[in-house]
Amino acid sequence: MSTGNFENWAGNIADIGPIYPFVGAEWLFVLIGVVYWIVWHVRQMSSENQALADQEQRLRSGDLSKTLGD
Amino acid sequence: MTDQLSSLVTIFTEFYYWLTVVIMFLIHVGFCMYEVGASRHKNHMHTLMKNTMLIPLVTITFFFFGWWIYFALPNGPWITGGLVEAPHAVAWSEVMGAHMGGAADAENGWARINGVFWAAFLLFSWTAASIVSGSVIERIRSGAFWILAVSIGSVFWIIDAAWGWHAEGWMVRLLGYHDAYASGVIHAIAGGFALGILVVLGPRIGKFAADGTPRNIHPRNPWLVAIGLFLIYTGFWGFYVACNIPMWDVQAGDGVFYSATNIYLGPTTLSAITFNFLMSLSGGLLAGYWISKGDPFWTYSSGLAGIIAASAGNDLYHPIQAMIIAIVGVVFMYKLHHWVERRYRVDDAVGAVAVHGYAGVFGVVIAGFVLWGYPSSPDASFATVNPIGQIVGAIIMFGVLGFLPGWIIALILRGCGVLRIPEAVEIAGLDAAVRAEVEADEQAIVEAEKESAARLG
Repeated sequence: MSTGNFENWAGNIADIGPIYPFVGAEWLFVLIGVVYWIVWHVRQMSSENQALADQEQRLRSGDLSKTLGD
Repeated sequence: MTDQLSSLVTIFTEFYYWLTVVIMFLIHVGFCMYEVGASRHKNHMHTLMKNTMLIPLVTITFFFFGWWIYFALPNGPWITGGLVEAPHAVAWSEVMGAHMGGAADAENGWARINGVFWAAFLLFSWTAASIVSGSVIERIRSGAFWILAVSIGSVFWIIDAAWGWHAEGWMVRLLGYHDAYASGVIHAIAGGFALGILVVLGPRIGKFAADGTPRNIHPRNPWLVAIGLFLIYTGFWGFYVACNIPMWDVQAGDGVFYSATNIYLGPTTLSAITFNFLMSLSGGLLAGYWISKGDPFWTYSSGLAGIIAASAGNDLYHPIQAMIIAIVGVVFMYKLHHWVERRYRVDDAVGAVAVHGYAGVFGVVIAGFVLWGYPSSPDASFATVNPIGQIVGAIIMFGVLGFLPGWIIALILRGCGVLRIPEAVEIAGLDAAVRAEVEADEQAIVEAEKESAARLG
């Protein structure tokens, strides 16, 4: 049993072709990757918006002038 | 890979591009240092993370679709033909992974070099996004920037590369477009894209006086800025070398003559680009020091702008031509930057629009005059290099694929209320929350130490 296309390096190496596991499931890898990428953006933006809103509220309710400078 | 000579050529090519990728990584290190050095203390961490995280986002999206765009769109599509089949460049291709060759015939040649060639282009993508990053510091939301970074890094620049930086690109074929080291296809487009965002984003608080007079917000760490720009220079060597194909038979008709070529398969040599890289860098530094009266920020930036101004034709220029073009390009970008800043109140925090955008446009246009009549391609049916083709090319790069998408996407993000940080946060600084946590942690440690000290008497 092997998760790859081959179980040994005997024979013509060029005939082996891809040497990563689960050849044939590339479409699934791409799907998982794209979904992860989109979800990452959505969650990041949501969390950033919340953090900025909280921070703005805190700053407005305190003394903003104390934070001046660089 | 069944005889030593062909294997040597393949493995040399593989290694050649791999090495350029490693060297080009320094561009990104440099950009990070440069941006952090240019930002105020209250924004350092945010500035660093904003730039750093474009690396993974542009990388994965360039894998998903950016690489395919380059090979599928050289005809426009529908300008000189339809979409081009690119089975080796789709994300689900077997050769988009570890592969020993022997796949379908069409993908055979890509089995060994697909990854390194992809990575060389990817590092250009990071550069395009990173150029934009510097100009918008200290007031853009990270999430908005990362959407913009993916747009320029994995979509728009690679469309322009398919059109004007590809041996079969329609701009090369019809316009005679020549841009060997990417004055337009990386720098002008990224500068234009940044300008499109800046127009919508607006300036930092305090950048302009009520009467519109610009105020300088000086780099807080000039040493970091200097080291960052030196690293960008260093990485730029890798960028130049990555723009070449290391070994190609350039002899038309009978006979064989192997040479390095530019991306259009036109012959050049590593010596040619080494001469011209250094002479245009020097021309830029000399002009920048002179025109800015020795200002370190602008002198260093002008070295970069000098290279960019000469890059479109640096495969063919004489070194002194490269130097003169760099000098004139730097004066042009410096003057234009300050005029635009005063006239339109554009706050380009690191001068990226000028150094990359204006110098890039200048470089594309000047190449049309200096290289007028040169072949744009080994294919004699292609248009030759000419001023009109280069001017149209510069408009496409800076305006159509740069400014316009940046402006439209920024408008959409602003419309959704996610482009700019709240005013109070901008005043306090983007690191205010982190700094408060650090101070609380430090205070807790000091209290603990005081208790220990009291116990010890």
